[in-house]
Amino acid sequence: MSNEKHEKLVNLIADMEEDEALTLTQELIDEGAEPTAILDICRAAMDIVGQRFEDNEYFVPELILAGEVLDQMSAMVKPLIADTTDEEDKVDSGMVLIGTVHGDLHDIGKNIVTFMLDVNGYNVIDLGVDVSPQAFIDAIKEKSPEIVGLSGFLTLAFDSMKETVEAISEAGLREEVKIMIGGGQVDEQILNYTGADSFGLNAMSAVNQCKEWIGEAA
Amino acid sequence: MTPKDSDRDPKELYQERVERIADTVALKETDRVPYIYLTRFWNAKLADMTSKDTMYDVEKSISSNRKAIELLQPDAFGAANYAYGQALEKLDYHPLEWPGGGAADDVCFQYIDKELMVPDEYDEYLFDPTAFYLQKYLPRIATGFEGLKHFPNFPTLSEWNIIYNLRAFANPELQESFKTLMEVGEMVDHSMTKMTEFIKEMIEAGYPMAIGGFCKAPYDHIVDFLRGSKGGMLDMFRHKDKLLETIDKARLLLNTNVVEGAKLVGCPYVFIPLHWGLDGFMSPDQFNEFYWPSLRQTIHDLIDAEMTPVILWEGDCTTRLEFIGDIPPGKAIYWFERTDLHTTKDVLGDVVCLRGNVPPSLLNTGTVDEVNAYCKDLIEYVGKGGGFILDGAASITDEAPIENVVAMAESVRKYANK
Amino acid sequence: MLDKTGAELYAEREQRINDAMALKETDRVPLSMFSHFWPATLAGITFEQAMYDYDAFHDAMRQTLELMQPDMYALNQTYICVGPTLELMNFKQLEWPGHGTEPNVSFQFLDREYMKRDEYDAYLADTTDFFLRKYMPRIAGAFEPFAKLPYLPAQYYFKMIRVPTAFAGDEMIEGLEKILAAGKEMRKMMGGALKFAKDMAERGFVQSIGGSAAAPFDNFADYLRGSKGAMLDLFRNKDKLLECMDRVADCIIEDTIIASKNNPSRQIFIPLHWGLDNFMSPEQFELFFWPPLRKVLMGFIEADLIPCVLWEGDCTTRLETIADIPVGKAVYWFEQTDMGLAKSVLGGITCLRGNVSSSVLITGTPDDVDEECKKLIKVAGKGGGFILDGAIGLPDEAKVENVIAMAESVRKYAN
Repeated sequence: MSNEKHEKLVNLIADMEEDEALTLTQELIDEGAEPTAILDICRAAMDIVGQRFEDNEYFVPELILAGEVLDQMSAMVKPLIADTTDEEDKVDSGMVLIGTVHGDLHDIGKNIVTFMLDVNGYNVIDLGVDVSPQAFIDAIKEKSPEIVGLSGFLTLAFDSMKETVEAISEAGLREEVKIMIGGGQVDEQILNYTGADSFGLNAMSAVNQCKEWIGEAA
Repeated sequence: MTPKDSDRDPKELYQERVERIADTVALKETDRVPYIYLTRFWNAKLADMTSKDTMYDVEKSISSNRKAIELLQPDAFGAANYAYGQALEKLDYHPLEWPGGGAADDVCFQYIDKELMVPDEYDEYLFDPTAFYLQKYLPRIATGFEGLKHFPNFPTLSEWNIIYNLRAFANPELQESFKTLMEVGEMVDHSMTKMTEFIKEMIEAGYPMAIGGFCKAPYDHIVDFLRGSKGGMLDMFRHKDKLLETIDKARLLLNTNVVEGAKLVGCPYVFIPLHWGLDGFMSPDQFNEFYWPSLRQTIHDLIDAEMTPVILWEGDCTTRLEFIGDIPPGKAIYWFERTDLHTTKDVLGDVVCLRGNVPPSLLNTGTVDEVNAYCKDLIEYVGKGGGFILDGAASITDEAPIENVVAMAESVRKYANK
Repeated sequence: MLDKTGAELYAEREQRINDAMALKETDRVPLSMFSHFWPATLAGITFEQAMYDYDAFHDAMRQTLELMQPDMYALNQTYICVGPTLELMNFKQLEWPGHGTEPNVSFQFLDREYMKRDEYDAYLADTTDFFLRKYMPRIAGAFEPFAKLPYLPAQYYFKMIRVPTAFAGDEMIEGLEKILAAGKEMRKMMGGALKFAKDMAERGFVQSIGGSAAAPFDNFADYLRGSKGAMLDLFRNKDKLLECMDRVADCIIEDTIIASKNNPSRQIFIPLHWGLDNFMSPEQFELFFWPPLRKVLMGFIEADLIPCVLWEGDCTTRLETIADIPVGKAVYWFEQTDMGLAKSVLGGITCLRGNVSSSVLITGTPDDVDEECKKLIKVAGKGGGFILDGAIGLPDEAKVENVIAMAESVRKYAN
């Protein structure tokens, strides 16, 4: 069991060498590696991927592939883990509630933001697509997130976002959360129109906004 | 206030508009900047209808289209005909949610991103695309196509085998599919026939068509309609060679009949809306390997066939500007959604006619004065010396207040491009 | 023999055939019944009746099997009882009794150029599209409206929604109605034929054909390019022809495996048309004909099917070349090739079948037939690996007493 192999695995994942990464993962498992050690490797690799994404070296295809590799590695180690889940690690991290607003079914942008927030250590709860204002309100009450992210691709999302922000206000929850909006058509004008706190055009601006609001995640 | 065009002879107007756009494409200076009208469902809003009304009643679709065109008096128009509601229902077309079919009555239809071809099937697609479509793809995208999976695999058959295999046509599922297709065919034919009459009416009233045909960037086609967005991205790593081979193949397939169709309707503008070429989505290297070469070839092929490709560059494509100027000058239209048109004019102004890009946010939530100011700036800077067509960033948004759209349409007559 | 039960007879015959194909010695040489219209000749009905009156032809087949008591037979109905279907689809590659030929003259294939010289690329780029929109409309009237279908792989989104308009026109509706009717007719006929086969199986009769296929070169020469076009292509379009044959070999293998799945017989019948001596040179045979055919044969053998190749004409100069297949996995049926020679080259490699000459069966006496069969059984049957059949089955005009002599010979003469 060598740290050399661990480092190699980190680099294989970060360099998008899917097949080799999975082979080496299996090798480490066969050699008796601790599941938690492998999950640490994943995290370290994802940090590199996230950094490269921030540096415009990686783009969306790399994020998607990294996510796939991560899923496969998790599936490989999961049977070896008894009860402890890594969710607990994130209890103290900032929590972000995210969803595509009512009427809009697009989820690619939202998924990328979710991934990048996750990589950066935030505890992200993804409500999916076509999420009604009431569903956002229910989730805010139940989970008490610090931040709510509203995603939308179509122009109809302008009004859906506005309605969602208004409904959160009417439910008396507006002071408890910061609201950021994002998506293909969103800009400063729409920020004002919807009454949200911030808007962003890409996943990194979402991460930076979260850092600004609630600090670096644990 | 300049006099309205509606007082003039339609034939003369038609000719003048056709030439204005043609000259603009050729990067020549014109009397004023042209404006082209396209939308999805703004016409419904204008006519106090829901989107669903126009999807389920071609007469309503036509009357609202007419109302919009007569109000805006554009230099060219695309008829917003989506009056296929009943046909979509009967066909049970899965990849779409539409007003009346899964979506609310007053919204736009949405395409559902889904993996419709698995990676193992690249070879089947490459080997015999139509067999793949008949036996696998079509049955997956609509209940009405399901029976086609029983269609005989003719190329493997000869002589008697062709005759025995006619048994397949006795299959009740295949028969049911044919029956459905005949019924759906009648519905779509009805809608298209009416719309064709309407387009003729508009041409006689002096309005040229803006779109003579559609095409796709090959990579987009594979992502949108075959592999889904996730599969399409993963394949850049996992099935790179197959993906590149399929991009090449899809380019050839997609070009089929596009030129012939455009010639038939007498309109050279082939519209190619792009989906996945934008900045931030794929890297410049990936863009230059998977996206641009095949798209560029499509553009060249269309230009060689005397067509004018109209490329809608969705999203922000700033980092692409340095690559995409590599096309014959004055032969195409680049329509940008979010890319800054000032920058674009500086980089591509002497290569390609630009189009766009009044933002949806402004059209939907701004004031008439804001719209005027924005259009004035575009006309004066981007329109300078010719080579610019005013349009929305993504045409006219469905929700835009009427006065904002009217202000935009009239701005080309108000502001000079010199 | 006749006091055995049907099941016993069936098992015994099947075993005899399987042993012969596996080159094992058997109690006697097995007999095959293969024909076109001879059952009609026996039953005294016209060929035209045979093609249109299913029940009459079932009965003629029954009479034939009972008379000959063969160890295996071809279910002739499947390619004889097709008159109504051919008419419904307005099939243009054949003339048949009552439709272009006299009521008692066999059907004839029309050698034409069904695929043009410059269509190889279209064939290669999208084969099914070529068939759907070009080939089928040429060979069958009912498919003519398919020529106006949109190109399917170029359709998407709203273009896809407009595809059904192609199905809305009167011509298409009429064409489809005919095709659907042809499908029903074919299914009705096949249903009757399968019931016949089931009845016959219960009475001990074994089927000999589990599927059929064409040699890749024949596929192009017969059904696509026409014989003249294909010959010219040996020079003009050599590479395209080779590429196309390689492709169609894959198609043939795949489709035949699927089609033969539930058939009681594992034999795949492959009648050859253009492989014979004197048609093309040995070099051309070795370049164009044999490699794609061998690919098909190997594909079948790997799928545990038994290719039964009918080598039409005289194939003497081909014997050395075609010996290059796995031992005991195929049947080579020769029409005119000398069986003694074939045995000397291919004995121990492949089971042989044939080849009582048509001329003797039609014009000879029972004694002539008996003499020829005796010789075949002694020479080709020696040590096993031989099935007795006509040169191309029973000629339509064969005398009844000659067929009886042939059928009896396997029981008279030991191999």
